Amino acid sequence: MNNLKPNEKLDVHKILDGLENYHPVRRGWIWRKVSPQKIGDFQFEQVSPGLKNFVALPSARNIGNIDPQPDAVITTEIASGRFEDDIRRMRMAAYHGADHIMVIRTAGQSHFDGLLEGTPQGIGGIPITRKQLRAQRRALDIIEEEVGRPINYHSYVSGVAGPEIAVLFTEEGVSGAHQDPQYNILYRNINAIRSIVDSAESKMIMAYAGMAQIDGAHNANATARDAWKVMPELLVQHIINSKFSEKIGIKKENICLSTVPPAASPTPDLKLNLPYAVALREFLSDYKMRAQMNTKYMDSSTREATVTHVLNLLISRLTSADIQSTITPDEGRNVPWHIYNIEALDTAKQAMVGMDDLLSMVNLSDTGYLQDKKREIQERSILMMEEIIEMGGYFKAVEAGMFVDSGEYPERNSDGISRDIEGGVGSGTVIERDLDYLAPVTAHYGYNNVEQYNKEFIKDPSKLISGCTFEKPEMIKFIDELDETDNVYLRMEKTEKYRTGKLIKPEVEWLGDGTVVVDLFFPTSHRIAEAAAIETGKKMNLSNVEVIHKEILHPSEGTRIQIKGTFDFDIKIDELVLPEIIKSHSEDDVINYVKLNPIKVVAGTAGNDEHSVGIREVLDIKHGGVEKYGIKYEYLGTSVPIEKFVDAAIETNSNVIMMSTIISHDDTHYKSMKKLHNYAIEKGVRDKLILIAGGTQVTPEIARKNSMDQGFGRGTKGIHIASFVIDKHKEINSK
Amino acid sequence: MRERKDDYLVRREHLKELSDSELRTYFLELSEKIVEPLLDLSYKNTSKSIERSVLLRMGFSSIDAKTIVDILDENNLLCKGAGHSVFILSKNKNLSLEKAGELISNGVEINYLLEYFKIHE
Repeated sequence: MNNLKPNEKLDVHKILDGLENYHPVRRGWIWRKVSPQKIGDFQFEQVSPGLKNFVALPSARNIGNIDPQPDAVITTEIASGRFEDDIRRMRMAAYHGADHIMVIRTAGQSHFDGLLEGTPQGIGGIPITRKQLRAQRRALDIIEEEVGRPINYHSYVSGVAGPEIAVLFTEEGVSGAHQDPQYNILYRNINAIRSIVDSAESKMIMAYAGMAQIDGAHNANATARDAWKVMPELLVQHIINSKFSEKIGIKKENICLSTVPPAASPTPDLKLNLPYAVALREFLSDYKMRAQMNTKYMDSSTREATVTHVLNLLISRLTSADIQSTITPDEGRNVPWHIYNIEALDTAKQAMVGMDDLLSMVNLSDTGYLQDKKREIQERSILMMEEIIEMGGYFKAVEAGMFVDSGEYPERNSDGISRDIEGGVGSGTVIERDLDYLAPVTAHYGYNNVEQYNKEFIKDPSKLISGCTFEKPEMIKFIDELDETDNVYLRMEKTEKYRTGKLIKPEVEWLGDGTVVVDLFFPTSHRIAEAAAIETGKKMNLSNVEVIHKEILHPSEGTRIQIKGTFDFDIKIDELVLPEIIKSHSEDDVINYVKLNPIKVVAGTAGNDEHSVGIREVLDIKHGGVEKYGIKYEYLGTSVPIEKFVDAAIETNSNVIMMSTIISHDDTHYKSMKKLHNYAIEKGVRDKLILIAGGTQVTPEIARKNSMDQGFGRGTKGIHIASFVIDKHKEINSK
Repeated sequence: MRERKDDYLVRREHLKELSDSELRTYFLELSEKIVEPLLDLSYKNTSKSIERSVLLRMGFSSIDAKTIVDILDENNLLCKGAGHSVFILSKNKNLSLEKAGELISNGVEINYLLEYFKIHE
C-alpha cells in the first residue's frame, strides 16, 4: 500500500485490514527544518524543504507552479465525526501543506472515566479510540511518504482519563497533544487536585514519547467577556503549565504555548494584539509558540474570518510562530468542511510565504506605545502571580475565582470561574501513595519504591516485569469493535456504492452526504431574502434547506444569502461526457520555440459578431494571451468578413488565423468555420495556414468536424492556443 | 473575587525600577513558587486513571485495567499501586501478569494481596 500514487485513491478498507498487528513507524514530534533556498526565480529565507507531491496555490499556475513551504509546522483540525472520511481529508490537507493534523474529541469524552474502544460515530469531533488512532496513524504513515515530509498527529490528553490516554498515544504513535490541567479545572469542572495529579503522570509519559505539548491557555480568551482584557492572565496560565511541564521533564523545545491574538478587527487589531504577542514571546522565550487563529469573534462570513486570520498571520510574521495553526473560515457556522480546511491551509501558506523575511525590512519599534504596553501587560501578570502566592497558592486562587475574570488584572469584576477544591468531577478520588507503593512501568511520575524488589532497576522500573508496552509493543492489547450497531463497517457499508468508481455525489464532509451550498442575492430586505432563499433551494430539488449565512448589502436594496441543502441524486460516472484534455507546454518551452520560429497571427470576430472580450483575452499580453509567448498578432477588429481573414493572413505573411465566433444562432458559427476553410483552399493557402476557431459555444470536436485545425471553448487560456500552434507549426514544417 | 477597581499604578510601584530582564527573572521565580506545591502533591499521590495507565503499560486491555483498578480500589489497595498487586501476585505465585490480573479481577486473590501487604507494612 505504500508508494501510493497521486492518481490512486487511498483505500480505507485496506487501512482497516490487519490493523490489530499494525504498529506506527515512529514516535515523537518532528519540526520542519528551516532551509533558506532559491525556489523558481526567487530567494526565500523562512522556508523549509519542498514536498514530493503537492497542490500549489492557484496563482502559482503563472509562477512556474512553485510551492514554497513556510518554516513553521502548519496545523489543521480534522474531526467530522467519521474518522474514515477524515482520512481522505488528511491526505488532501497534506498536499496543501499541513504537517500537523489535529483530531478534536467527540463531545463528552473528557468526562468519560476510562478509554473508549471501537469506532462509534462522533458528535462535533471523533471518539478517540485505539482502533481509530491506529487507522489514522497508519494512513498518515502512508501519506507522509507520499508527500515526502513527516506528519505530526495530534489529539487531547485531558479529562478524567488523561494518563491512560497519554499511554495510548505513546503506544499508537501520536506525536503531539494538548495537555493542560488548567483546562480541565476551569472549563471542564474536573476536580482541581485530581487534574493536577493526573496531569503530572500524563506529562511524564508525553516527555518519554517525545510528544509536543500544547497548552490550553487560549481558551481563556475564547471564554472571557472581552478577550483583550485577559492578556495578563494568559501569561500566567502559560507559565504555570509550562513550568510544571518543564519540571516534570518535557524538553523545553517540546513545550508549546497555544497563543491566539485575543482581539479581532473592527477593534484596532494590531494595537491590541501585537504588544501582547511581544510580551508573551519575551517572557516565555524558553518555549515554542503555537500561533493559533482567533475564533472568538468569528461569525458566519468566511471572508471576514479569513481577513482576521491573515491579520493573525501578520502577527506571527512580526513576532514568531513555531507551529502555525489554522482555523477553518466556516467554523463560525458548522463543523469544518473539506474545502475550508484546505482554504485555511492555503491562507496560512500564502500569507506566510508572501511575508517571507519581513523582519529584515521592518523593525518593531523599541520605544513608545508598543514597548510601554508590552511592559504593562508583563507587570500586570506579575502582580497576578504575587497575589496567587499571597492567597496561599494555585488552588486557593482557583477557589477564589481569580481566573477568567472579565476585568483586566488587577481590576476584578467578580465574575471569574470559581472551583471548589473539594468539588467537580472526580473529587475525592486522589489517593496517597504508601511507602511501599510500586508501579513497575516506564515513564511513571513520582514516588515509586522499586528498590524494595531490585535496587538496580530504580531507573528502569519496567525491568521488574521484563519490559512494558513502551519497550515491547507486542504486549499491547487491541480491542476491535464493542458496539455492533455503531461502527465503521456499518457506516462504510451504507456508502459503499460511492467507493466502486461508478457513482458519485457532491460532498462536504462525509462520502455521499450530498450537501451543496448555493450563493444567492435577492434585491430585498433580509427577512424576505431569507424566506425566498429557502424557497429557491426547495425548487432546486434540494432537501434539508437551511440558511447558513446572510449579509446585508443594503437594508432594502439587497441581501446576500448562502443556503445549504442536500442534493439527493446519484451521478453515474460512466455516463458522464468528459471534455477533451487540452494539453499545454510550459511557458518557457513555448517562448523558446517562438523565439527561434517567429509566428504571426491574424485575429478577429467573424461575420456579424461584435463580442470581442474573449478573443482579446487570448491575444493580449495583459490577459496572458498568445502575445505573452512572443507571438505577434494583427487584430482585424469585430464583424470581420470571412474572406478578409484569409486575405489579411496572405498579406501579412501570417501562419495562423484565430477566428472568434460567439453567435451560435442558426449554426452561424459552424457555417463560418466551413467558409473559412473553403476560402483558404480557394486561395491555395490552406496547407500553410493554421485555422483556429474559438467561442463559448465552440468545442474542439465540433471545430474539427467543421474543418478547423482546432477549436477552443470556455476557459481557454493563451497558453493552450500557443501550445497547439507550436505543435501544429512543427508538423507543417516537417512536411 | 470581590470587585476591585484597576489599581495597577499603585501596585506596580515595586516593579517600576526593574529592568526588562530583571522583570523576566522575577516572573520565572514566581512561577516556580506556584508550581512547587503542585509537583509535590503529584509526587505523593495517585489516582484511578494513573493506576489504569500503569496496567495498560503492563499489557492489560482498557476493559481489564478498569475492572482490576475498581476492585483494588474497593479494597483500599490502590495506595500500594495496582501494578504492584499484579506484579507481586504474578511473582509470588509464578503466574503470568495476565493470569494474575484475571485472579484479581474475579476477586479470587484479593485476600492474598490484603494479607501480603499487611505483613509487609
